Amino acid sequence: MEKLISRFFEIQKANTLSVYLEEDGYEVAKRALREMKPEDIESEVKRSNLRGLGGAGFNCGMKWSFVPRNTGKPIYLVVNADEGEPGTFKDKYILEKVPHLLLEGMILAAFAVGIHKAYIYIRGEYELPFLRLQEAVEAAYAKGFLGKNIFGSGFDLEVVIHRGAGAYICGEETGLLESLEGKKGFPRLKPPFPAIVGLFGCPTVINNVETLSYIPFIIKRGSEWFAKLGTERNGGMRLFSVSGQVKKPGVYELPLGISLREIIYTHAGGIRGDLKLKAVVPGGLSAAILKADEIDVKMDFDSLKAAGTMGGSGGVVVMDEAMSMVEALRVTMQFFAHESCGQCSPCREGTGWIDRILNRIINGKGRPQDLDNLLDIGAYLGGTTICALADGAQMAFLSYLRKFRSEFEEFIRKGSYAHA
Amino acid sequence: MNPMIFTPELKKRADQISANYPVQRAAALPVMRLIQETYGAISGEAELEIAEYFQIPPADVRELMTFYTLFYSKPKGKCHIQVCRTLSCNLLGAQKLIKYLEEKLKIKVGETTSDGQFSLDQVECLGACEIAPMAQVNKDYLGPLTKEKLDQILSLNYAGKIQV
Ligand SMILES: Cc1cc2nc3c(=O)[nH]c(=O)nc-3n(C[C@H](O)[C@H](O)[C@H](O)COP(=O)(O)O)c2cc1C
Ligand code: SF4
Ligand code: FES
Repeated sequence: MEKLISRFFEIQKANTLSVYLEEDGYEVAKRALREMKPEDIESEVKRSNLRGLGGAGFNCGMKWSFVPRNTGKPIYLVVNADEGEPGTFKDKYILEKVPHLLLEGMILAAFAVGIHKAYIYIRGEYELPFLRLQEAVEAAYAKGFLGKNIFGSGFDLEVVIHRGAGAYICGEETGLLESLEGKKGFPRLKPPFPAIVGLFGCPTVINNVETLSYIPFIIKRGSEWFAKLGTERNGGMRLFSVSGQVKKPGVYELPLGISLREIIYTHAGGIRGDLKLKAVVPGGLSAAILKADEIDVKMDFDSLKAAGTMGGSGGVVVMDEAMSMVEALRVTMQFFAHESCGQCSPCREGTGWIDRILNRIINGKGRPQDLDNLLDIGAYLGGTTICALADGAQMAFLSYLRKFRSEFEEFIRKGSYAHA
Repeated sequence: MNPMIFTPELKKRADQISANYPVQRAAALPVMRLIQETYGAISGEAELEIAEYFQIPPADVRELMTFYTLFYSKPKGKCHIQVCRTLSCNLLGAQKLIKYLEEKLKIKVGETTSDGQFSLDQVECLGACEIAPMAQVNKDYLGPLTKEKLDQILSLNYAGKIQV
């Protein structure tokens, strides 16, 4: 199968400008800036059915089209390189191994929307990805690929790298904007959406690293080609991060319509120790889990939604038959309780209570009424909060209780996990 | 106040960082990182100077200190081990590794050894689940970890880079 972004992962030193240029790097952006109209780029991206690959899966070109162009204010491009969704590590590969591809995608996006200033918000723990990105930005500036009069086309784009400081919630787009403005990352109530009122009160395009990295391919080979790689309304491919109890964890770039079964068994080598599969997280920790008999689902956004879960960040976490679902859920809810920013009561209190009750159950002190209490708290966790963290926590949480209820009941009764 | 933390050199670098933004306050996180990397931590005194530099209330700086996990009031040990505890790492034995480190170092998660050599923390997913179970040791991502590899890291005292 043809690889697009991940082809560069196998090329030595593809992070350097010289190797990227040998691979025809920046050719697409050069040509587009000379020959294409901004609106043509936008409509190509829209027609390609490229979906946002950061988590929400929104049509990328459509999002760009919401940005008002003549408010008299600057428009900003913000790149989401916060990569905090557990089970997800693909943006790190792009930043480390082919940062110029992201920069080229950013140039195309900026040109399409009329943007002259971009910020890349990269998670604070990433050191090597940051260094590689910084080298790339400096090299691109030195060549005149960034800054004033890019490629002699008259188009300007300044790029600033901004390092985060450790907070999952700053991956949520409005939490990110607050953080980028030097505040704590409290998500904002929407509307207004960032496209209208974003960074420093100005119209703003926010896209994920991987989303932007597909743009050069779309402009080079056409929207029709890209759209056809995927399924209806779900264009192209994506980088699946596969981890957990598989033989070959790693990043796999596959068409959006591939089945989860193929990802696990054909690409990731199947389950370690040839144990049986028990459950899979299909799209980052916020997604509902799937049971072993549900893995023939297609991994595009719409099919996963129809299956009651979500494509999310493309993080696939595989669990074998020996894993306790009570423990898996405890770890999951510990994460959300730790990362809730605390602005909304259902999220702050809900994740906190769930975390405490699950801890009690794990320590052998579960009570018969715990399950009903948990379901009750879970019912009010999402739907009414400022951001989607609570919705994701709710989706994941309820899926474990519904799909493995008897295991939870047995654990509470016996005070421990006794698997077959 | 007589500035002790913002030396002329640091002030110059902070001004350069601030120039990247239309609003100075936006430089708060990068400037705080600069201060922490220079002094190993952000002391109470540093917080006050940061507040003064940005002309914001000291309480705002305190808020940033507590909201973001990467800012510390006290320096960490020379070898700072942060073990990931989230699902992919948990599935492959992160809890055992954390217990092992607590026993070997005779400290609990969140503490530093009395000689200031080691600090142990547990953190949420570091975006490296393909090398689970993993830890960040100072600036490096290391994994997949085993008890033997941890022994190696402890005995090297993590003077420089090692490959695991
Ligand atoms: C709690 C939460 C955390 C998120 N974390 C990330 C993240 O780490 N990286 C990311 O790209 N998007 C993340 N998102 C999604 C962003 O809010 C936003 O949808 C995305 O940056 C848009 O870019 P895209 O359309 O290119 O995907 C998160 C969303 C939520 C609700
Ligand atoms: S839903 Fe949770 S994380 Fe999102 S704003 Fe509300 S409290 Fe914060
Ligand atoms: S779960 Fe440990 S690095 Fe992702």
